[in-house]
Amino acid sequence: MLTALIAWPALAALLLLLVPTRWAKHVALAASLAEFAIALPLWWTFVPAGGMQFQLDVPWIPAWGIRYAVGVDGISLFLVLLTTFLVPLSVLGSYSYITTRERGFYALMLLLTAGMLGVFVSLDLFLFYVMWEVMLIPMYFIIGVWGGENRLYAAIKFFVYTFFGSLLMLVAILALVYLTAQRTGVISFSYAYLMTNPGALGPVAFWLFGAFFLAFAIKVPMFPFHTWLPDAHVEAPTAGSVLLAGILLKMGTYGFLRFAVPFFPQVALHPAVQTAIVVLALVGIIYGGLVAMVQPDFKKLIAYSSVAHLGFVMLGIWALTLQSVQGALLVMINHGISTGALFFLAGMLYERRHSRMIAAFGGIARVVPLLAAVLTLVSLSSIGLPATNGFVGEFLILLGAFRTYPVAATIAAGGVIVAAMYLLPALQRVIYNPLDKPENERLPDLTPRELAVLLPLVACIVWIGVYPKPILRRTEPAALQFIQSVRASAAAMTAGR
Amino acid sequence: MPGSLLDALWLVPALPLAGFVLNGALALTRPGAKRAVSLIGVGVLLLAFAAAAGAVVAFARLPGGEPVVQRYWEWLPVGDLQVHFALQLDRLSAVMILVVTGVGALIHLFSVGYMHDDPGYARYFAYLNLFVFFMLMLVLGASFPVMFVGWEGVGLCSYLLIGFWFNEQINADAGKKAFIVNRIGDVGFLVAMFLLFRATGSLDFGDVFSRAAGTFPPGGALITAITLFLFLGCTGKSAQIPLYTWLPDAMQGPTPVSALIHAATMVTAGVYLVARCGVLFALAPVASAVVAGVGALTALFAATIALKQWDIKRVLAYSTISQLGYMFLGVGTGAHAAGIFHLATHSFFKALLFLGAGSVIHAMHHAYHATHAHDDAQDMRNMGGLRHQLPWTASLMWIATLAISGLPPLAGFFSKDEILSAAFAQGAVRPIWYAFWAMGIAAALLTAFYMTRLMLYTFHGANRTGEGARAHLHEAPWVMTGPLVALGGLTLAGGALNVSPLFGGGTWLHRWLEPVTAAADRLQPAVELSRATEWALVLGAVAVAALGIVGALRLLKPEALVPARLAPPETGLGRVLWKKWYVDELYDAVLVRPVMWLSREVLWKVVDARLVDGLLVNGSAVASRALGWVGSRLQTGEVGFYVVLFVIGVLAVLGAAVR
Repeated sequence: MLTALIAWPALAALLLLLVPTRWAKHVALAASLAEFAIALPLWWTFVPAGGMQFQLDVPWIPAWGIRYAVGVDGISLFLVLLTTFLVPLSVLGSYSYITTRERGFYALMLLLTAGMLGVFVSLDLFLFYVMWEVMLIPMYFIIGVWGGENRLYAAIKFFVYTFFGSLLMLVAILALVYLTAQRTGVISFSYAYLMTNPGALGPVAFWLFGAFFLAFAIKVPMFPFHTWLPDAHVEAPTAGSVLLAGILLKMGTYGFLRFAVPFFPQVALHPAVQTAIVVLALVGIIYGGLVAMVQPDFKKLIAYSSVAHLGFVMLGIWALTLQSVQGALLVMINHGISTGALFFLAGMLYERRHSRMIAAFGGIARVVPLLAAVLTLVSLSSIGLPATNGFVGEFLILLGAFRTYPVAATIAAGGVIVAAMYLLPALQRVIYNPLDKPENERLPDLTPRELAVLLPLVACIVWIGVYPKPILRRTEPAALQFIQSVRASAAAMTAGR
Repeated sequence: MPGSLLDALWLVPALPLAGFVLNGALALTRPGAKRAVSLIGVGVLLLAFAAAAGAVVAFARLPGGEPVVQRYWEWLPVGDLQVHFALQLDRLSAVMILVVTGVGALIHLFSVGYMHDDPGYARYFAYLNLFVFFMLMLVLGASFPVMFVGWEGVGLCSYLLIGFWFNEQINADAGKKAFIVNRIGDVGFLVAMFLLFRATGSLDFGDVFSRAAGTFPPGGALITAITLFLFLGCTGKSAQIPLYTWLPDAMQGPTPVSALIHAATMVTAGVYLVARCGVLFALAPVASAVVAGVGALTALFAATIALKQWDIKRVLAYSTISQLGYMFLGVGTGAHAAGIFHLATHSFFKALLFLGAGSVIHAMHHAYHATHAHDDAQDMRNMGGLRHQLPWTASLMWIATLAISGLPPLAGFFSKDEILSAAFAQGAVRPIWYAFWAMGIAAALLTAFYMTRLMLYTFHGANRTGEGARAHLHEAPWVMTGPLVALGGLTLAGGALNVSPLFGGGTWLHRWLEPVTAAADRLQPAVELSRATEWALVLGAVAVAALGIVGALRLLKPEALVPARLAPPETGLGRVLWKKWYVDELYDAVLVRPVMWLSREVLWKVVDARLVDGLLVNGSAVASRALGWVGSRLQTGEVGFYVVLFVIGVLAVLGAAVR
């Protein structure tokens, strides 16, 4: 089933190159909907307490101990569902935005889908690395070919940053496998094998963790590795921004949850490392918000707000309480939904006015009431208004983090003020204030197609805000297991030293 | 069947929510359907009032007065955190839901007339219904997080309604300011929740309050911190020092909104919260003193500003801040019933004053509109002598003015007197309360003065509206005066809710609230005053009120006023008061502008652009350029070719695996 999830979009991408250009988007939409239909049954068939599920584990390159191993647990389940949910919306949202080389664009979107899903389901480190790269290249082209004026710069910056991190990660993976093999005599890239045979790595662990940390921290992005993000977001076409924010950033936090922390718990829980990461998370929350506040460009504002949101996730992961980790998993989903919706809306505004500047708008709630209503709701979800999804996640993170780091959680709670300070003024300058620009007087309101893109996201915003239990119930065992295993092995390693 | 009515408790908030959904849909699809909008908007409020009354009657028949908790679904079930979406009806929330739906229904009805010609009519009622929904969640929530849904929700509606006429920047700014200032307070609420959860392991009211006495040593640092953080939330929502500055600006919203949200209901949420958490505050004497002290200080401070405002609504706004201060003085003293009593009576007479002001503004606006004049319809210098044109409004507002001044036997007299007596009595145990009491008395003097000033300038003396416009001034239609009359009746008789034994009453509200306040009362016993002292206090307070009224009548000369555009600038102390002690300017210079400057000039332009991006990018310039070259080479190729390559690669992986 998981293999089908990777194979189907890749095949569909190939298929897409054979169909006439004018069909490309419809075929891509059908293909991505089919992909969602393949993934959706996981919601029901997934057993919350069942650990890693839907596994397939077969040899790939036996000589090097490389296997094709995939599976899903509570941590990756919703990232898989979120990916397959956002892709059809992104395709539909690109219908009028992408007007050149459509076949190539949609083929790359589908290829990107395969790569993203591959990253989330890989249980072999070599496979994970390959998928990480598979995901990187299509995004590079999506930004570099269909982006804005400064697209090349942004694409290269994105590529260099991510590639730099992933090379370090590759070195760390190889070193980890080599060191484990030295001790056990078995060369294996298998996640399960490496987890069950943790070695006393000594000081090397710090270096290996550092390499993983860089790779993932760039992706999150954590301050000060974040400056590729605003450029990439601003230049990327709408669908690129949506998937970049919605899915690609989560690969960083997912990497911490799946690899960096469980592999090196004694490093992750080392007081100096804890302090550093919590401080960087706080800097992300406050600094990201403050810098977002002064952005004249709407997409840049959203980009910096991502730095703040993901700062909450990092805090939640490191606080290692059930509430904070559950909250982190929820915020990863919520950020995909709410920020995805914000980027869709920014794109729709751009298509109407060919400007991303906040100052280009003003007072348009009177002209486009529907768009204004949706933008308001999505903004409120992004600033964490209770009874929207944004609140539930951040509240759990803060509540849980307060048990571990009371001071840090209190500072982070100040982030909710900052969130109101950057998003509400922007909202005001876009939809409220005098309607003083003649160009804005005849803007068309949302089309049925645009509504079809936004309404599923709006529905999720309300649903998760009011009744998140179906998600929490499915992620809880995995979150608990993560916390217990990290705490236990950190304690064991500290004791053994 | 009493049981079934209690089971329908969910209907009380659900009806306004349904009203929001329906009116919201109409606002987006058929904004012109005003009849349907009015029917839905007012209808759901009347039904909600009926449902609330039914539930309260059914509840009152239950023995013991224990809270009834209705759980609907698990909201945040995470490990040891178990938050249900649950409503709780007890004697305190019973009072609140009746006030909210009752006064709310009257204000909705008034709005039918007031907003009738507004193009955003449907949107207005959608927001107003949504507000009532969140307000009911706030007072019915059975746990801190559910209450917080209402707490931030009413802030949202306040934001939407203050900025209702959003095409004017001053309105949109005011809405934004309200939201952000409230958020500062909300962080206090959040941190208090985190502390409570850490200490007691629960966020349900029932659990927290029953565990409080066993968990927190009285006067301990932890409980003091918790209650102070909670009170920070109250200073935001209920507009107390130092977070009161948003409320005067909130007057940019439609006047019925000011009556409902910024006088009768939402701004009293902080008072409700302190009363609700009475047990916690009783364990923290220092925090209680802070509550009472901030309340007394705010009461006095806001009253001084009200002396010199010309905008009729701004006078009422500062008056509201001041009256909320009394309520906090009451609940901070531990006189919870007195605080809630004043909350209820204030909701009657202040809603009446605001709606009366709305009726005046409505008339002024129409007059100016008809004559195409651009004068300020809210500036009292443009009014004068309106009692001839608006006789109903004038007499009803006089009733409210005498009530807020504290003259017997009107509603405000009984409630204010109870608060001041309780504060004086507390002085015997903690002398600082004598100072609080004195501030309260001084504020009472100013209250009587500025309210008489408002009435004098608006309704008496010669008319300054302008020759042409004067002919167009007229009393509002019955949908507007009707609610005024109803509120006038409540203002006349509302004091009967809790007449003290001094006047032969049975303090009914006090006894009704006893099951809720009992635990706090045990920890913080009230101090009894002798009959003679009580009589002296009462007579003193009445004398002070009378002095204020007579003083205003003697000192102020409405004949000397000129219309606003001809008026000379204020000077001296008058200017300082008119400029609201320059507090907004101070906050702007000390907080707002430095933060903006830091974010823009330092964090963004230096740290982000120069340091992080500059250094990192420059540091890796060589690698960057090399890869850039590779990238640009790839760029020239046919994209499809690379897609093929990639797919082959991916399939090779899968193929090898499945082999």
